[in-house]
Amino acid sequence: MNQPARDDHWLTRPASIQQIWRVFYAVLALTVLAQLLTEIKGYFDIDGWFGFAGGFGFLSCAAMVLVAKALGVLLKQPDNYYDD
Amino acid sequence: MTELASPALILLAAALLVALTRGHWRNAVIFVAPLVTLWAIWQVPDGVAGTVRFLDYMIEPVEGSALRRLFATIFAIMVLTGGLFAFRQARWYELSAAFAYAAGAVGVCFAGDLITLFLFWELMALFSTVIVWCGGTRAARKAGIRYAIMHLLGGVILKVGIEGVVVHTGSVDIRPMLATNFDTWMILIGILINAAAPPLSAWLADAYPESSPTGSVFLSAFTTKTAVIALIMLFPGEPVLIAVGLYMVMYGIIYALLENDARRILAYSIVNQVGFMVCAVGIGTQMALNGAAAHAFAHIIYKALLFMSAGVVVYRTGKNKCTELGGLFRTMPLTTICGIIGALSISSFPLTSGFTTKALISQAAVDQGLAAVYFLLTAASAGVFLHAGIKFPWFVFFQKDSGMRPKDAPWNMAAAMVFFSVLCIVIGVFPEALYRFLPYPVNYHAYTAGKVLFYLQLLLFSGLAFFVMLPWLKRTPTISLDVDWIYRRLFPAITAWICDAVADPLARIGRRIQYMCEATLSRIYRHHGPEGVLARTWPTGSMVMWVAILLACYLVLYYV
Repeated sequence: MNQPARDDHWLTRPASIQQIWRVFYAVLALTVLAQLLTEIKGYFDIDGWFGFAGGFGFLSCAAMVLVAKALGVLLKQPDNYYDD
Repeated sequence: MTELASPALILLAAALLVALTRGHWRNAVIFVAPLVTLWAIWQVPDGVAGTVRFLDYMIEPVEGSALRRLFATIFAIMVLTGGLFAFRQARWYELSAAFAYAAGAVGVCFAGDLITLFLFWELMALFSTVIVWCGGTRAARKAGIRYAIMHLLGGVILKVGIEGVVVHTGSVDIRPMLATNFDTWMILIGILINAAAPPLSAWLADAYPESSPTGSVFLSAFTTKTAVIALIMLFPGEPVLIAVGLYMVMYGIIYALLENDARRILAYSIVNQVGFMVCAVGIGTQMALNGAAAHAFAHIIYKALLFMSAGVVVYRTGKNKCTELGGLFRTMPLTTICGIIGALSISSFPLTSGFTTKALISQAAVDQGLAAVYFLLTAASAGVFLHAGIKFPWFVFFQKDSGMRPKDAPWNMAAAMVFFSVLCIVIGVFPEALYRFLPYPVNYHAYTAGKVLFYLQLLLFSGLAFFVMLPWLKRTPTISLDVDWIYRRLFPAITAWICDAVADPLARIGRRIQYMCEATLSRIYRHHGPEGVLARTWPTGSMVMWVAILLACYLVLYYV
């Protein structure tokens, strides 16, 4: 019943994925370049810097993934850990 | 007399009716009762509606204010939409319990005194446990017991605090306080346990994902948000809440990143979102309290929406784990879209509800000059996009092809999801519609070009981080240990060790006692048993002989 159907959804084709990446990079670039036209009023000075939000978002996420990864070494257990 | 009747009583009566009726009558109760409750909520005037004397206390069962009506309104909308989502799939006792649970939440909203608050608080604990048990599995039964123990513990601590306040101040009134003495600390801790604050946050992610696909939708809404309104009413501006909130925000993100169970990811993100609200209550200004209230309102909608989309997946596939899911967007387009709208809302993406409500909290931090708090909340906003905004929909609906081709949501579940998706966008596009119901006047414009651009940059680059670091986020069939390890593993291990340690000496003492008892018994038997000296029958002749001997002795003595 749950046999995989022939998987040719356009979202799964490598060409589409590549195209999505291109669009994504373009949008990322646009959000930074838009700062040339629109001023981001920083509340604490540095948050108004050019590209601050992008860098801050990327780096905080990277930091959180790293912290999670490190804690995972201590905290992760097989999912039947509590089973009797 | 009617002014003393809390709107909660309508839901409580409905809970009873849901249990007693069948078929169309039950469906009618499920849809009409929340609407009548909504009407009743908006009839409650500001201030105390009436008082009753109970023992020596002035009880105020109904007290109205903008804040109380706002929370009660979203609880009523939630039970209405949750009812729509669940009424064809859930069992009658789960629906009945959900209405009683919602009655508890609405009752807390309108409680004018601590005693009424406590009664409705415990009503919630009771019926939410029933909903966890409705999961029906052995794991759900065990998680339900742990959940109940934790909430009863929280209830006892809250009661100790209330007793203390009543004894020392002589008043049961609900009024703002600070955690300055033992009594107020106990009340604060009792409430924070329901908010899933550290160190006792684990109950939430432990219990909610064990409930049924419909049950988790109800569970996501009431307990933690009732704790938020209790904090707003009792502890606005309590500085410790800022630190507690920030911890919850980060805890939710880290654990959600490690998690494999789809609904458990969402459960951790409840802790994360409630952290934003707790932090706002700690800041305590009018802007911050508005932010906490607005964010709670929006959060209930998008979180229920996320749990609905996850619930549909569990209902259709019977699977919870990201490692077993994936590629469902092909046959579940509506569920996928609704899940994504919920995910964007929780990530406070512009044009969704989260953007217009979370911004109030950030603005409150800015207004108070709390730079560290502001930047941590901003980093957390990026983290929310990471763990809930992308991770949840990606691993459930996209990622790899799991090979499953389940049907999309049944019509009632689909209708509930679409309704909440529309609400997410309406609040995002027309924030004033919500702002005008907030407890304090709002003079804030969420949509300026600069703010929108800032958040777009922040969130889209977080998205980039997710896909760049995707190999590190690969799901593994694991769980993450939490504080609950102490009462699930450490305490039982200590108990077992103590039992072993004392078992040997106890067994020796037992054997000794048994030996002594047996020896005593056999001695008694020897004397009194059928062959015993004292139990023998003596012939008449021997008696006559002894009498003759005695008389002979007497004669001899007489003559001597």
